[in-house]
Amino acid sequence: MIELKAIHVVFAVLALIIVVFSIMTVTTRRILRAATYLLFVLFAVAALFFQLDYQFLGAVQLTIYAGGIIVLYVFSILLTHGVGDKQDLPEKKKVIPALVASLGGLALAGYMLYQETFPAVPYDATDPDMKVVGAALMGLGEGGYIFPFEVISVFLLACIIGGILIARKR
Amino acid sequence: MDIPMQCYLLVAAVMFFCGIYGFITRHNVLAMLISLELILNAVNINFVVFNRFLYPEALEGYFFTLFSIGVAAGETAVAIAIIINIYRNIKNIKVENLDNMKF
Repeated sequence: MIELKAIHVVFAVLALIIVVFSIMTVTTRRILRAATYLLFVLFAVAALFFQLDYQFLGAVQLTIYAGGIIVLYVFSILLTHGVGDKQDLPEKKKVIPALVASLGGLALAGYMLYQETFPAVPYDATDPDMKVVGAALMGLGEGGYIFPFEVISVFLLACIIGGILIARKR
Repeated sequence: MDIPMQCYLLVAAVMFFCGIYGFITRHNVLAMLISLELILNAVNINFVVFNRFLYPEALEGYFFTLFSIGVAAGETAVAIAIIINIYRNIKNIKVENLDNMKF
């Protein structure tokens, strides 16, 4: 009998929130509710990051996903839908292959997870220091991420310009 | 930490396949984008969990999650710009009606 600790309870609650609200996100017929449920899922994922002692990642997840992307979604939903609009139910010829694909994939992934034995590495709960992270982000040598950093800078600039060009009124 | 990493991976897998289900069944482009967000986030969980449990001294999963969150944000912004433009032209955003570029 495994002793029940607070961390188990926390993980169980988070896992339950993620699973239930993921399912509700893709099955609800009101799209504004789908966005709200997605927000709950993202909060729970951020809490998982905190639980795994990645404080910075959890904060990034909260600010960018929960703070930025969800606001974008809510605005665009309100711009394109009436508040009480209900989506059509998906037709059977789409639901069946979707169910087969997702449940089959989940069964396969679950079976492989069950079969696989991962190497037992001693758990180390150190949050990487911001100094180390910053140095690695700007590092040129071994373990440096300057190239993806530059690529994502250009990518974000392209996104800004593209977003303005596409969405502006002609 | 005495929660096995398989538990985390299983949660991420459920989230991922929910996203797949939504992506196939939804009619609305915005709803499909929301499903896509679920998929991307499930992958982020996997990156973080592999980093934490298998290579605690490395930072690969950490950085890939950071970059993946950034890419997701940019991709969402552009996709929503496109969706708003579509709405301006055809007054709804159902995938069935997006056939102007078909040949």
